Amino acid sequence: MTDVLAQARPAGLAGLGRLGGGRALPLATVLLAILALWYAGAVYLNAPQVIERFERAHQDWSSLDLVAAAWSMERPVLPAPDQVAMELKKTVFDTRITSKRSLVYHAWVTLSATLVGFVLGSLLGILLAVGVVHLRTLDRSLLPWIIASQTVPILAIAPMIVVVLGNLGLTGLLPKAIISMYLCFFPVAIGMVKGLRSPETLQLDLMRTYSAGAAQVFWKLRWPASLPFLFASLKVAVAISLVGAIVGELPTGAVAGLGARLLTGSYYGQTVQIWAALVMASLLGMALVFAVGLAERLTLRATGGAVAGADR
Amino acid sequence: MSDRLAARSASRLAGGPGSRLGDGAAAVALLVAFALPVGRLDGAAVGWLERPLLLASGLVALAAALVLGLRRPHGGPAALLAALAVILGALGPLTAVGGTLETGSVSPGLWVYLAGLGWLAWRALELLSEQRPASRLLARAQGLVVPLLFGLWLLYLWQLLTIGFAVPKVLLPAPSDIWSVAAASTGTLWADFRQTFLKAVLAGFALGSASGFAVALLIDRVPFLQRGLLPLGSLAGAIPIVGIAPIMVMWFGFDWPSKAAVIVVMTFFPMLINTMAGLAASDRIVGDLMRSYGASYRQTLVKLRLPAALPFVFNALKINSTLALIGAIVAEFFGTPIVGMGFRISTEVGRLNVEMVWATIAVAAVSGSLFYGALALVERMLTFWHPSYRKGGT
Amino acid sequence: MTEGAVAEGLRADQPSRRDATGQAAETIITMRELSLSFRTAEQPVHALSEVSLDIARGDFVSLIGPSGCGKTTLLRVIADLERASAGRITVNGLSPEANRLARGYGYVFQAPALYPWRNVERNLQLPLEIIGLPKEERAARARRYLEMVGLSGFEKKYPWQLSGGMQQRVSIARALSFEPKLLLMDEPFGALDEITRDKLNVELLELWARTGKTVVFVTHSIPEAVFLSTRIVVMSPRPGRVTRIIDCARLPRERNLDLRETPEFLEIAHEVREGLRAGHSYD
Repeated sequence: MTDVLAQARPAGLAGLGRLGGGRALPLATVLLAILALWYAGAVYLNAPQVIERFERAHQDWSSLDLVAAAWSMERPVLPAPDQVAMELKKTVFDTRITSKRSLVYHAWVTLSATLVGFVLGSLLGILLAVGVVHLRTLDRSLLPWIIASQTVPILAIAPMIVVVLGNLGLTGLLPKAIISMYLCFFPVAIGMVKGLRSPETLQLDLMRTYSAGAAQVFWKLRWPASLPFLFASLKVAVAISLVGAIVGELPTGAVAGLGARLLTGSYYGQTVQIWAALVMASLLGMALVFAVGLAERLTLRATGGAVAGADR
Repeated sequence: MSDRLAARSASRLAGGPGSRLGDGAAAVALLVAFALPVGRLDGAAVGWLERPLLLASGLVALAAALVLGLRRPHGGPAALLAALAVILGALGPLTAVGGTLETGSVSPGLWVYLAGLGWLAWRALELLSEQRPASRLLARAQGLVVPLLFGLWLLYLWQLLTIGFAVPKVLLPAPSDIWSVAAASTGTLWADFRQTFLKAVLAGFALGSASGFAVALLIDRVPFLQRGLLPLGSLAGAIPIVGIAPIMVMWFGFDWPSKAAVIVVMTFFPMLINTMAGLAASDRIVGDLMRSYGASYRQTLVKLRLPAALPFVFNALKINSTLALIGAIVAEFFGTPIVGMGFRISTEVGRLNVEMVWATIAVAAVSGSLFYGALALVERMLTFWHPSYRKGGT
Repeated sequence: MTEGAVAEGLRADQPSRRDATGQAAETIITMRELSLSFRTAEQPVHALSEVSLDIARGDFVSLIGPSGCGKTTLLRVIADLERASAGRITVNGLSPEANRLARGYGYVFQAPALYPWRNVERNLQLPLEIIGLPKEERAARARRYLEMVGLSGFEKKYPWQLSGGMQQRVSIARALSFEPKLLLMDEPFGALDEITRDKLNVELLELWARTGKTVVFVTHSIPEAVFLSTRIVVMSPRPGRVTRIIDCARLPRERNLDLRETPEFLEIAHEVREGLRAGHSYD
């Protein structure tokens, strides 16, 4: 009675919150609204400067002139979306990707550090979780610190890592990758401990009735059970790994990378450049999370597991 | 008989087969250490006998190693005595290194000794962890003491290794150096804390969380907007939002409001999606119940859905507390008046004044965990009924 | 038997029904050819098909049938938690919605559905707060109905500190607290162990005798249905419909657990099983 029909209740009486359903139209509407707000905001924020310029030039102006000028300023307070899009086009498609003016080049610099740090940090986190699950002493002594580390702004030590390693002659990718690594490490370790502990007593007891060894319990029960948790934390990890790489580019005085683009942009008031770098970073972040999600779906399909519960 | 059996199986579970071997090795290491010099003073090697304090503490550790290895005790008193022995055994080197011995002159004797002591420390933690306290209070104490001792041990190693090997301060200053710099510059640290935490973090956190909550309530009756905002809100987690810091600095100036603005944007989305999820979380039967009473939308919201959403809201608040501190510090890397924790970190690191950087990081860490802890405490009081906090139910 | 014939039989049956005092009982729920279908991805599901049924004041009616026969759906239609797609229904002489807004029934779900953040007393007061009763009245009612279900002294406990049986008793007290004439119960004891269920069955009968409520009770337990009911409505699935109505007037109104060994009891249980078989419920 309950199972089939509960899922097929008539519309309107569905009761509390079902947020599913068609998403394309609402999403498009919200995005359009944001775009409209953006254009409006560009006019609002840029208007004072534009008016000042008009008046200095003793020029007559209509509100149409104002809007047009506000959307095409050289260094606007808020660039219009199409200006950002043009900047992206110019720096992504119209520039050789080996050039220092190419945003693809800078994105790659950041991405490579992100990926190296992500892979190392995740491996380290998984290893530590395995240790914690199997050694009670580690569980009692180390795990509390790892959990507590989640409440601490560990990103703050990023500049120090860059400078200290730079002092040792290590520059470029490595310091940033190390920052990304330690940022990834903590959430992956915590998620993995949760995942490796997720099998129920019943399932563990079943393995015990088979007299399964520790390795068998691990590979046949704990590891597959932990996969949904692993991927959930990997999604978090890859996103903060990117943040770590970007922040890691700040203290060295802007050599290359998306963080460097943000910093030079802010030094020279190149707002369009900042926005283009931001958009690029956002796209990169979404692509990385999407890629992890894709890997999740493929893996879980291959292992026949369910994504249930672990989806953010 | 059966007791001994139980004890033996417990020891196998706790120590593993390598445990006895480790105890033996530790005892041998301690004995060997006594034969080696511990350091140099004015170019001459210094032995254990010339440092009575060191020797006394070494003998305590050796005795503990022998007892642990030969008698293999279990139980609470043994665990506490082992921990005490490790602490006494650790005190000697602490007074010697950097004190009565030349910095950087530490010799093999002490390192071999520390290796043995390290094994003892691990065994003490093992013994403490395997206890199953009868009372809730003792279990709590165990949950605090074990990680605390572990943390102390790491701090101890940090201190001894940096001083003993004369590690350049730029690379890693000793905890004692950090402490003395922090103690000498409490005024600066307080000013930074006030600028970053009391102004930017608290304002941004409150404003961002409140607006996320308010928007979630406002669109509660508009499923269309919810469907549009939910995917965007989830995407926000993938975006390095902190990158808007340079823009906010341009818009709101160098002082704290620009940092608060970054935090507002960072904390808005977690609160929005968590509140939305929380409002949708109360189960169907309870919703039907409210309907059977002919309850109004407001009544259902206030009496059912908001209380049910509380754990989600607190989840967002806790996430936001960390995000806020990160946002403030990183935003200060992009420009700030000459005060603030992020400013302090970036300038002192530039001047290679690393102790001050570590001191600032310590302040950030402590304030971050206290902030989080306070939120967790309030959560515990308000959502005592949630399965994760319940006590003594069926 | 066709469904139309069932409906005819029902209507013919009505005038002969008497309540305890021998008066012709007032009908409190009337259903005529109620149908309800859900749209699903593949095909519409006919949860209810032309159900006609009258329920008289003071009756204890059980709806019994296998999963998917529409018994819970029927109860939810009475409660205005679902709407019928065709047919007529009145509850207390009103439309289900008007009756719901008039707080004309108390509903007991399969799960206790207590709020974990409210203690027992405040859980009981929830509907009273929604109705807007003054504070003293709410407290008095909570006391009275907690006593009625035998839970005096548990006012300050939280639901999660009670056993499943006690939780369900709180939820029954909550349904009684605003004094509706009609009690709708959806497998209220389904999640409890059999011993607790027996105990609560006896208590429920006492409560029913004392308060004179009309009860509509959904169950899938034949002994439970026979033990509790004055009438048993047997339903069958695909599409959900009424296949047989069995009168339990043969059994005394005062009942205890020993009743279950009497020939009358077994005879009625047999009839219910026959009815289920006729509806292909065992296929």
